[in-house]
Amino acid sequence: MDPSKPSTSHLPEDGAPPADSPWQRIADGDDFRSLLRAKTRFIVAGTAFFLIYYFALPVLTGYWPELMGQKVLGPFSLAYVFALTQFPMAWLLAAAYLRAAAKFDRDAAAILARHLPAKANHAAETSAK
Amino acid sequence: MIAILMTLAFVIATLGITAWASKSSRGAISFFAAGRNITAWQNGLAVAGDYMSAASFLGITGLIAFYGYDGFMYSVGFLVAYLTVLLIVAEPLRNSGKYTIADVLAYRLSPRPVRAMAALSTLTISGFYMIAQMVGAGAMVSLLMKETGIDFRISVISVGLLMIVYVVFGGMLATTWVQIVKAVLLMTGVILLSILVMGSFGFSFEAFFAAATEVRYTENGVTVVRDFLQPGLYYKAPYGPLNLISLSMALILGTAGLPHILVRFYTVPDAPTARVSVVWAMGIIGFFYVLTTFLGIGAALLVGRDTIVANGGINMSAPLLAVALGGDLFLAFIAAVTFATILAVVAGLTISASTSVAHDFYSNVVRAGKPTSPKEEVFVARVTAVGLGMGAVIVAILIGPTANVAFLVGLAFAVAASANLPVILLSLFWKRFNTIGAVAGMATGLVSSIVLIGIGPSFLGTNAIFPLENPGIVSIPAGFLGAILGTLVRREPQAERQFTELVVRANTGLGAEKATQH
Repeated sequence: MDPSKPSTSHLPEDGAPPADSPWQRIADGDDFRSLLRAKTRFIVAGTAFFLIYYFALPVLTGYWPELMGQKVLGPFSLAYVFALTQFPMAWLLAAAYLRAAAKFDRDAAAILARHLPAKANHAAETSAK
Repeated sequence: MIAILMTLAFVIATLGITAWASKSSRGAISFFAAGRNITAWQNGLAVAGDYMSAASFLGITGLIAFYGYDGFMYSVGFLVAYLTVLLIVAEPLRNSGKYTIADVLAYRLSPRPVRAMAALSTLTISGFYMIAQMVGAGAMVSLLMKETGIDFRISVISVGLLMIVYVVFGGMLATTWVQIVKAVLLMTGVILLSILVMGSFGFSFEAFFAAATEVRYTENGVTVVRDFLQPGLYYKAPYGPLNLISLSMALILGTAGLPHILVRFYTVPDAPTARVSVVWAMGIIGFFYVLTTFLGIGAALLVGRDTIVANGGINMSAPLLAVALGGDLFLAFIAAVTFATILAVVAGLTISASTSVAHDFYSNVVRAGKPTSPKEEVFVARVTAVGLGMGAVIVAILIGPTANVAFLVGLAFAVAASANLPVILLSLFWKRFNTIGAVAGMATGLVSSIVLIGIGPSFLGTNAIFPLENPGIVSIPAGFLGAILGTLVRREPQAERQFTELVVRANTGLGAEKATQH
């Protein structure tokens, strides 16, 4: 092992995975690509949604105080109601992600099983250490 | 006296946990990552314990008691922030790292510069946070227990000594269980307080919130009536909205860059467990911050802002509410809970900072990666914990109990959001990202957030050169910009080649660190 490159010891010597390495084989597979696309789609959409939903609160209350200060539900102003909805929003999005991620886990396990027969799997695990 | 007995009971219980942890742990994975055998609900409680600091419990209750809706904005931000952790950071981090944030960066970048820089930002964040907790803690505990003769110095020194014992002898396993015990205690205290508050209003939400629209207190010698369910009592013109947006950015993006929160995900067996533990934490943290409404508005209505101002100031809102509702016995319980909270949070900060010094700085920078034995790494971490603990005690005593340190926690979030989060994101999602970009990004984020706070209202008051209390709105984009421009300086083919491996590993868990077998 080349001592000048310590933290890359989990990699082959020159750092690049060879074309036939398990990493490259998995990365090139259609199954992995479609998993990555599905995950990215969920994460980008989910993140965009909660960022917009959350930042709408300080932006609206900051710049349109009259609108947000209206009483809409008994003693509660629109701003307060909107702030309270942030809690269920966060919990529901987390629950939706748990559901989606359970499927991602199954797909990832299937991909590993397909590309790494039991013995090779062990070898990859070892070389990855 | 009762307060001391209750605190002693907590201390004895946690020392018992530490003795058990030191017996049952062997080796570096035990010390740094609790053997990666913590379950989802345990880690969820521990994350919540690490997060719900005394600053949250006392500080946010106080902000709501004084400013109503505007104080509640912190509560909202602190919960929503966990979506960033859940969706973007927790799982890839667990799959590609070992003990620290820097592991993820060093995966495909040149290890020495990025680890040195990451260790510096980890130490900065943990240091600010720790001093804020200790000064706040010492002041609070000495105030709460003043009839017992425990002064500022004694409480700061005992917090320092205890946290050293937990970390040095019990490592991550003991620290995790101290967090869990503390989280349960704090939740119990907050739930009891909320029930007592609602009891004073005949358990009628209608009566409670109706009263919240007409809160009376004295402002500049005149009695005013304010609606606490309306925005605008704290964030006023001319920079109100910008201040609030800047703070929101630091909260939402900073949580996912806090070292003592992120290292928690290395203590669980795999990425799916890390994910479920975040959701547990979101349940607990969300419930806690919903309840801050009842504590804060309850304190405003049942104690009154004028009484709070006359009896120790904004941070005393929760303890004064406890006296008003449950007398001295309940105050003793709240004092013990506060002490436990501070102790657990500083222990969590100490272990994450010590791990970074041992694993990032010592093994990979000082020793330049020449094989260091796990034993040596653990030894360095223990020495660092002792040093950090003593350093924090000395600094806290020098600063003294009257210093205003609330901004230090805001600074820790701003540094985490500006220095850590941009480089974590870019290293996970941008193939071209490289070593120069990582170092430039962390340096820009770190320096810009510290400088902007230094020239802001927290230090310079009305003479501030930078008008906002929180620098996030400028320093976070600066961190991203530094990282992107640095990357464009030159290409780093090896980092780009290793991106494939990182993506496969982050998304499938192939090659991820395993739990130790019992």
